[in-house]
Amino acid sequence: MREIILNTPGDFAEWRDAARGLLAAEVPPEDIVWRQAGESASLFSDTTPLVPKRVVTLPRDLVTTLDRVICHRDANVPTRLYTIAWRALTDRRLLERRTDDDVDWLAKADKSIRRDLHKMHAFVRFRRLGEDETGRESFAAWFEPEHRIVRLGARFFRKRFYGMDWAILTPDARAIWQNETLTYGPGGTRNEVPDSDVVEAQWRMYYGSIFNPARVKIAAMRAEMPKKYWHNLPEAQDIAPLLAGAGARVERMRETAVQLANPRSDKWRVRGEAEAVIAGETATLEGLARGLQACTRCPIHCNATQAVAGEGKADARIMLVGEQPGDREDLEGRPFVGPAGQLLNEALDEAGLDRAQLYVTNAVKHFKFEPRGKRRLHQNPSTGEIDICRWWLDQERDLVRPDIIVSLGGSALRGLTGKSASIASVRGRPITLAGGETLVATVHPSFLLRLPDRQRAAAERTAFIADLAAARSLAKGISA
Amino acid sequence: MSEKPILEKLAILADAAKYDASCSSSGTVKRDSTGSKGIGSTGGMGICHSYAPDGRCISLLKILLTNFCIYDCRFCINRASSNVPRARFNPAEVVRLTLDFYKRNYIEGLFLSSGIIRSEDYTMEQLVEVARLLREEHRFGGYIHLKTIAGASPELIARAGLYADRLSTNVELPTEAGLKSFAPEKTSATIRKTMAGVRVGLDDAAEAARGRLLKKAKAPRFAPAGQSTQMIVGADASRDDDILQSATSLYSGYKLRRVYYSAYSPIPDASSDLPPVRPPLIREHRLYQADWLLRFYGFSRSEIMEGADDGMLDLTIDPKLAWALQRREAFPVDINRAPREMLLRVPGLGTKAVERIIMARRLGAVRLGDLAKLTASVKKVLPFITTPDWRPGGLTDSANLRARFAPPPEQMSLAL
Repeated sequence: MREIILNTPGDFAEWRDAARGLLAAEVPPEDIVWRQAGESASLFSDTTPLVPKRVVTLPRDLVTTLDRVICHRDANVPTRLYTIAWRALTDRRLLERRTDDDVDWLAKADKSIRRDLHKMHAFVRFRRLGEDETGRESFAAWFEPEHRIVRLGARFFRKRFYGMDWAILTPDARAIWQNETLTYGPGGTRNEVPDSDVVEAQWRMYYGSIFNPARVKIAAMRAEMPKKYWHNLPEAQDIAPLLAGAGARVERMRETAVQLANPRSDKWRVRGEAEAVIAGETATLEGLARGLQACTRCPIHCNATQAVAGEGKADARIMLVGEQPGDREDLEGRPFVGPAGQLLNEALDEAGLDRAQLYVTNAVKHFKFEPRGKRRLHQNPSTGEIDICRWWLDQERDLVRPDIIVSLGGSALRGLTGKSASIASVRGRPITLAGGETLVATVHPSFLLRLPDRQRAAAERTAFIADLAAARSLAKGISA
Repeated sequence: MSEKPILEKLAILADAAKYDASCSSSGTVKRDSTGSKGIGSTGGMGICHSYAPDGRCISLLKILLTNFCIYDCRFCINRASSNVPRARFNPAEVVRLTLDFYKRNYIEGLFLSSGIIRSEDYTMEQLVEVARLLREEHRFGGYIHLKTIAGASPELIARAGLYADRLSTNVELPTEAGLKSFAPEKTSATIRKTMAGVRVGLDDAAEAARGRLLKKAKAPRFAPAGQSTQMIVGADASRDDDILQSATSLYSGYKLRRVYYSAYSPIPDASSDLPPVRPPLIREHRLYQADWLLRFYGFSRSEIMEGADDGMLDLTIDPKLAWALQRREAFPVDINRAPREMLLRVPGLGTKAVERIIMARRLGAVRLGDLAKLTASVKKVLPFITTPDWRPGGLTDSANLRARFAPPPEQMSLAL
């Protein structure tokens, strides 16, 4: 039987050095007694020097877990950790065995440590000591953690409060950050830390004011802020009085008859009303766009961000009509700015058309979609929705009065003609619309984006550009 | 008008801010003050520094810049026609409070909102100025959550995203009709447009980060903790189904990190058409559970509604259990064979327990005796699973299965 004496409980380096030697010498856990300094030692322990028999390597995540769990107050921790390290030498997947008793114990002990550590990060309350001639402030705190976690906790405070000096004192140990150096020392007492801080009055006022007396949930508070921490939290002394007064405060809210409205409110409100007038004018494209924002004629408006009006040259010779705004168009409030819009821009370029000289709009002005997790999946508008929205398209046609209208896709065709027809049946044969414009029918650019077959996509793209070019020469022919 | 002392302003402006449920300080990038003369760090889960007796976490200094407001939203304590005392901080005072609190480790950072004064842009500018002072003048590295004022200009939103970790715009009420009758100056169109603006900012920053030539090059910053919103529950007649429909639509459209559901709670000097009722806290809780099922458990809204009654979630049992009781033909599932998606649907199993089960079963069959090490709710799970040594038999289909989980009925107190 070997006896190992640990001088500083919770010191990982000391345990690790001892354990490493024992593991290398292949001393099984049952042959070791771990003792704390000061405990009575056995007279018959084995003191022969350890002879290394093997190389000791442990998985990295196990070592970081051991580093935490050594801080646990359970007196058997050095023994249990050695057993686990011993088993891990021959079982590399030990930590994955969640149903193993040792691993289960380790997971629970680790959880307890991490929780305590998290509470230390949360519940340490600094009090100000003063500042030096450069203006660097110094603070101190008294804290009583469940486990010996000062060393683990100090790392967090160094990262957070690098620009000030601080000391955290606990019954077991202290951590001091000064001159940008972190040092550890022996445990201390509460008296070493100031018993008040000027800002505490503000903090307690904030705590009392942010509390909502109408929704008292004491169990929820105590689950997350256990009573054992209360005596070091300045705000905790207010819990009892706040609770005692809560019922009466709610009762007062109930009983208070509704008073007259604040007389000043009318003055404050004037501006709001001035803006509330919604323009219903249809004489200009701008007026139309404003009115469009208030449109609720069909049900798809309520989930979309905004109606997307057409844009472009107010007296354009050529008007392009798409189906409906997509995800990006809906966010930005402009037509054809998403992936289909990029493809359209490229195609226009190749067809020799300048988008700035055109008027670009859609048959339906709101984005219709199906929410799917973090994405919105495009849904085709129904013929009913296209027909309802046609009113807006007709207004745009009346104001812009183009010679040529290019319909992109089937929905646009329906929106312009009022009839459903296949694109193939009208493509390549310009028709005169009831309004006198010449209709050039082609596909929607997003159709090209969806084609999986490369060869077919290239052919369709060429045909699409040809349609746009045809619209261009038609427009030229009319003006000539 | 004489200036109120800071303590009095703090009382008024914290009280005015408490109806905003969000206090989260999570989800942002890792950063700390190492090597600087400043203070502040963020990253990971965020920390709740205290808890109020209402069970809510206090993570941030949550205050309004001012509770003067030209709007008259009836559910709001700060509406123009309310008679609450008014106060206003100047930006320097907020900066001072934030730093004083932060250095004493009371908070993770600041959550700043405001009543609307003068105009949306003016108000937003003031909020951005506080964040700028903290970041640029005081090298503050802690968490900053700014309220985006619906209707503020895109340039101001972009500047807010530069300094803030999180931005939020509250939709307030789940339906447009509700908003129309309770918040006459707000429109859901303006609110959604503002959220769309934030999302475009987030997308553009992500795009620019991907397009960097060098990994080391600094990524452009825009609200790394994303955006969130809040809906008030129980102030209008919206049903849970409406609320979840609105939430799914918002999650899909604006990349929201969170939708907060806030049980309408009586306010002092309430408007006459809002009944001063007890806040529907259980309903709020069930909505959060449903929200989690949508986001982390692969449920769709219509599936959740299978366990609901007329568009309202069951208040006595949780929504996953309510769904499972309607879909008993899908159970019991074999804990050792079922795919992850199915394990996630077992009442009582959370995402962590499911991961533990999957890890454990790779190394050997999980038996009844092992379950206690993998999940805390063995009793709840049993009717819905099988192991090599456990079959629920008739339990899964028994008529009184619901009664096993529902709390015993309480006798109404006659004193009411």
